[in-house]
Amino acid sequence: MIAATPPVIPNYGTAHGCIANDNALFCTTWIRQHWHDTLAPAIVQHLWLTAIAVGIGFAIAFLAALVAHRYGFLAAPFGVFSAFLYTIPSIALFQLLVPVTGITVTTIEIGLVGYTLLILFRNTLAGLRSAPPEVLEAARGMGLTRMQILRRVELPLALPAISAGIRIAVVTTISLATVAAYITPYGLGKPIFDGLQINYRTEYVVAGLLAISLALLADAVLVVAQRRLTPWARRRATG
Amino acid sequence: MGAEEGDRLVLAQGFNLHTFADAFRFLWHEHSLLTTKGLEQIELSAIAIGIAALIALPLGVWLGHLHRGSFFAINVSNLGRALPSLAVISVGLPVFGIGHTVVILALVVLAAPLMLTNSYVAVDGIDADVVEAARGMGLAPWQVLVGVEVPLALPLIFAGIRTAAVYVVATATLAGVVGGGSLGDIIFNQPTYFLSGVVGAAILVSLLAFAADFTFAGLQRLLTPRGLRYVESADKPEEEPPSVLEAAAA
Repeated sequence: MIAATPPVIPNYGTAHGCIANDNALFCTTWIRQHWHDTLAPAIVQHLWLTAIAVGIGFAIAFLAALVAHRYGFLAAPFGVFSAFLYTIPSIALFQLLVPVTGITVTTIEIGLVGYTLLILFRNTLAGLRSAPPEVLEAARGMGLTRMQILRRVELPLALPAISAGIRIAVVTTISLATVAAYITPYGLGKPIFDGLQINYRTEYVVAGLLAISLALLADAVLVVAQRRLTPWARRRATG
Repeated sequence: MGAEEGDRLVLAQGFNLHTFADAFRFLWHEHSLLTTKGLEQIELSAIAIGIAALIALPLGVWLGHLHRGSFFAINVSNLGRALPSLAVISVGLPVFGIGHTVVILALVVLAAPLMLTNSYVAVDGIDADVVEAARGMGLAPWQVLVGVEVPLALPLIFAGIRTAAVYVVATATLAGVVGGGSLGDIIFNQPTYFLSGVVGAAILVSLLAFAADFTFAGLQRLLTPRGLRYVESADKPEEEPPSVLEAAAA
C-alpha cells in the first residue's frame, strides 16, 4: 500500500504531487520549500562569484593598462595574452584548472578573472588613450607633472570607457558563471544543471529565469551608475 | 604518456605535460568523430547566424535608414549580451524540448542583437552630406538605401556579423548539455574522453571560431565595392574591426 504521507526524495523534500507526477513548469510548492535552502543561496553565491571576479580582474587589468599606457610597447604583449585567454572555451579552461586547483570555487574564479581581463584591459587602455592631444598639451603647459596629468586629466576622461568595460565584464561573468557550475556546483548554474540532470522542469526553469533576471538587473543598475558617474559623457559611453 | 592499445587510444589521466601532446594525438586519432561533431557544430551555428541575420540586418538597416528607434536598436544589443545562454536554454527547454531547436534559439538570441545594433549604427552614422548628394542626383529612397547607404555601411555591418559569428560558434558548444550534437558532446564528457579529449575538442572549437571570423571577413571583401575598399583602408587604418578576440567562448 502507498504510504499516507508523501515519500521524501533526497534534496527534493516531500514528493508533492507536482514533483512526483506532473513535472510542471512552475511547481510553486517546490519553489517555496527550496527558496531558502537552494535558490536564495544560489543567487548570493552568483553575486559573490561575479563581484570577486570583476574586482580582481579589474585590479589586474587596471594596473596592466596603466603600465601599458606608460610603456606603450607593452600594450601588444598584454593584449595578446589576455586575448589568448579569451579564445579558450570556458568550460574547457575550467576543466583544465581542476587538476591544479581542484573542484573548488577558486577554479571558477581563476577562469572568470581570465575572461574579464581582456574586456577590462582593452577598455581601460582605450579610455586612457582617448584624452585629446590638445588637452594633454594644455595640461603640460599648465605645468602638471605626469602623475598629475594621469590623475586629474587622463583618468577622469577614461571613466566612461572604464565603466562601460565593467558593465560588459559583469554581464559576461554572470553568464559564464552559470556554465562554471558544471565544474564546481556553485551559484545559479547549480540548480540549472541539477534540474537538467534529473529532468525536473521547475528547478531549471526557475533558476534560468533567476539568472536572466540577475543579469538584466545588474546591467540596469550599472547603466544608472554609469550615468551618475559620468554625466558629461552620456553620448559617448554607449559601448 | 598516451599509448595506442589495439585501436583504442589510451590517454593520460590528470593534468601534466602530456595532456597537450595527447590532445593533439586525440585530434589525429579521433578525426572521424571530431569531423562529425565539428560539422554538427558548424551546422547549428550556420542556421543560427542565418536566422539572426534574416531578422536583425533588415530591421537594423531599415531603422538606421529612417534614423529612428535608436534607443531600441542600441539597448537591445546590451540585452542580448546580458542574457546567459545556458539560462536561455533552460528556460526554453520545456517549450521546445530536448534537441537542436532550443540551442538555435539561444544562439539567435545571442547573435541577433549584436547584428541589429551594428547595422543600425552603421547606416545611421553615414555622412548626411553623402545621402543628401545622392538624393540631389535624383535617386529614389530605395536606391539611396541599396546603392549608397548599404555599401557604405558594410564594414560595420560585417563587424557585427563577425563578432556574432564567433560568439555563436563558441557557444554552440552548449548543445552538449541538452541533447547533444556538437563538439560540446566531447567537452562536456570528460569521463569518456579524458582531459586530453576535452582540450583537443576545445582547440577545435577555437579554430572553428577563427574560421568563422575569416569566412565573414572574406565575404566582406567580396561584397565591398572596389572603390570603397581603398577608401576604407586609407581612411581609418587604426580602426580594426572587432574580431575573434572580442568573443567570449561558451
